[in-house]
Amino acid sequence: MVEIGHFALVLALALALVQMIVPLVGARVGSQPMMAVAGPVTVTGFALTALSFTALAIAYARSDFSVANVWENSHSLQPLIYKITGTWGNHEGSMLLWVLILTFFGALVAVFGTNLPATLKANVLAVQGAIGTAFFLFILVTSNPFARLSPAPVEGRDLNPILQDFGLAVHPPLLYLGYVGFSVCFSFSVAALIEGRIDAAWARWVRPWTLVAWIFLTGGIAVGSYWAYYELGWGGFWFWDPVENASFMPWLAGTALLHSAIVMEKRSALKIWTLLLAILTFSLSLLGTFLVRSGVLTSVHAFATDPTRGVFILAILMLFIGGSLALFALRASTLAAGGLFQPISREGALVLNNLFLTTATATVLIGTVYPLAVEALSADKISVGAPFFNMTFTPLMVPLLLLVPFGPLLAWKRGDVLAAAQRLMVAFAAALLAALVTLIFIDGASVLAALGDGLAFWLICGALTDLAVKAGVGNVALNVSARRLVGLPRSIFGTAIAHLGLGLTLLGMVGTLCFGAERILSMHAGETVEIAGRALRFDGLYPAPGPNYTEQNGRFVLLNAAGAASGEVTSSKRFYPVRQMTTTEAGIRTLGFSQLYISLGDEGADGSVVVRIWWKPLVTLIWGGGLVMMVGGAMSLADRRLRVGAPARRRNKTVAAGGAGVS
Amino acid sequence: MNRARTALLSLSLMFVLALSGAAQAVKPDEMLADPALEARARALSEGLRCMVCQNQSIDESDADLARDLRILVRERLKAGDTDKQVIDYIVSRYGEFVLLKPRFELRTLLLWGAPVLLLLAGGLFVFRASRAGRPAEAEALSEQEKAAIEILLKRE
Repeated sequence: MVEIGHFALVLALALALVQMIVPLVGARVGSQPMMAVAGPVTVTGFALTALSFTALAIAYARSDFSVANVWENSHSLQPLIYKITGTWGNHEGSMLLWVLILTFFGALVAVFGTNLPATLKANVLAVQGAIGTAFFLFILVTSNPFARLSPAPVEGRDLNPILQDFGLAVHPPLLYLGYVGFSVCFSFSVAALIEGRIDAAWARWVRPWTLVAWIFLTGGIAVGSYWAYYELGWGGFWFWDPVENASFMPWLAGTALLHSAIVMEKRSALKIWTLLLAILTFSLSLLGTFLVRSGVLTSVHAFATDPTRGVFILAILMLFIGGSLALFALRASTLAAGGLFQPISREGALVLNNLFLTTATATVLIGTVYPLAVEALSADKISVGAPFFNMTFTPLMVPLLLLVPFGPLLAWKRGDVLAAAQRLMVAFAAALLAALVTLIFIDGASVLAALGDGLAFWLICGALTDLAVKAGVGNVALNVSARRLVGLPRSIFGTAIAHLGLGLTLLGMVGTLCFGAERILSMHAGETVEIAGRALRFDGLYPAPGPNYTEQNGRFVLLNAAGAASGEVTSSKRFYPVRQMTTTEAGIRTLGFSQLYISLGDEGADGSVVVRIWWKPLVTLIWGGGLVMMVGGAMSLADRRLRVGAPARRRNKTVAAGGAGVS
Repeated sequence: MNRARTALLSLSLMFVLALSGAAQAVKPDEMLADPALEARARALSEGLRCMVCQNQSIDESDADLARDLRILVRERLKAGDTDKQVIDYIVSRYGEFVLLKPRFELRTLLLWGAPVLLLLAGGLFVFRASRAGRPAEAEALSEQEKAAIEILLKRE
């Protein structure tokens, strides 16, 4: 089976080469049969990659330690789910997952793109083929997951204990669906550049793909953040770690793309900018791959000592980013610019959105790579960490968030700020109230917290206002507006829900950062500690066996005002003998939207245990808001206009109109 | 613990979990009795890098070096240093690398200036584009467009 997987991978590379060259040439010379090759080849390539991936997954499930990759990252005693998720819990396997998703998206375009103009489809699939070729080569040359060991070891070296968690089952696939989803937007952009024109079919296809990728990426980041939160044992939810930044940059750029694609689709303006943004977004995905895979983050010098993978990825990076940007520079001037609009309009608001989001993306990018540049140029080392990002990123986000509720209330082409502001009076009053309540009843000293709360409520109520205004609440009878509300296009709901989710996330962050409480102390069994008005009794440590680890469970009892037990929290420390590693399994109890978070430290000689307890108010809203944003995205995607098939009806009309413009 | 984290970091582009074993950072026996002083120590610790770690502050890390630095920060504070004096002292011993928020100086000019510059440049571009785009494009039809209209009109 392993050899079949290996063989299928080589075959997939061969097909990717065909997919790259034949349709491209076909589109160039106008050969219908050559362009038609793209579809079947893409689908077959996906089937082969899936076969290859399945082969590796089976080797993992069976604990076939004759495969070096399985031996390095698995153990026969691991629970089955971690054996399977271990398939992508390592460099080689995760790259295989990457190409699996890449070919999957390619196949989707091939199957559902029946209504695309033939040359566009051929070029899009050719670009996908080019990306596929590069990554298949990368896997086969530098990171082959199917290499055998002889003689086969009896036992594996275990999956890294941190990764033996359900998070590994969800987070990487979601994140990759997001990352790689942007490759479709990239391919569409490059195809448009190759063709030298942006037609209406292009515009209609880019937005749904951006939405799909964005939804998955949002989910991937949210899951990753929650995973880090409970697994690392100290309750942080975002660290501005380069690895996180690598996933955050495509998200920021993708969010900008999502918004500019709306302008392009509705008003056919900002076409060239949207195209550039699509290229940049996927470039950032690739850059993230390079930053983390090449080891360059640890040190420029560490990169230099084992450069094979790094140099390969660097070459891929230069080829695709440099190539697509060069193509853009050559061709952009030949593309027809789009419609016109007044600065104060929905389009204008979305341009501002793009301005702030791209600046924020650039800030994160510069902060992430600056230490590398300084080290490479001066052999000196500097650090750029969380305090820098908090100081620069936050001021960029605040004006953007202030503007968010205005955007959907402005009309296309020419908007009226005053009218929008009047409609937002209620939301503004709610925000003011939230800020005052925070100041007066919760914490008079923290002005920042009050402003944060106010901003969060501004976003939430602003989103609700948008729905209310569009349903005509206040202008027409209540039952009429209720009927109108139900009948609103789903994309309007999508916008409002996504913006509401953003407000919820912000509320969670403000709550956790500004009103959280922390206790760090040594406890003996039987002792009681108080945190944020809650009493917590420590009942002691109880050892327990696990499948491939041993654990110490610290049992805590939550006491109510009368001193009776009202709940239990178990916090554990696990020891994995194979890797000689200890992990903490935080004890978390969710109360409303808030959480009590307990983490165990070292045991003292006198039988006491170091215990860290956090009270994290509203913390679940951080990820809950992300989930709400995903729902908003899905609603938008479900809008009738975006359903597959919609472009077909319009194409005839727009081709006629576009033809006149171009000729 | 550090070996684990490095292993993790080299592991993937997606695992947001780049850090690990951060649980056992500040220990009760290190903490100062004076809550105000301890709060200052915590705040300072958050801005100081654990030099042997991957992007962790000494407040989060359980490495021995981080512990030494935490104790050093607290000793300086007890001796009556201001926050700035503590930072200067630590930088003089460990170099600029220890600061998670780099100082504003010549070589970090671009780092700190970039967000402002980009926002200004982008804003200027948007402003000029909106000014330039309006009258010029609304004004006249190109020769091609005129020709196209001519053809359409003749067809009528």
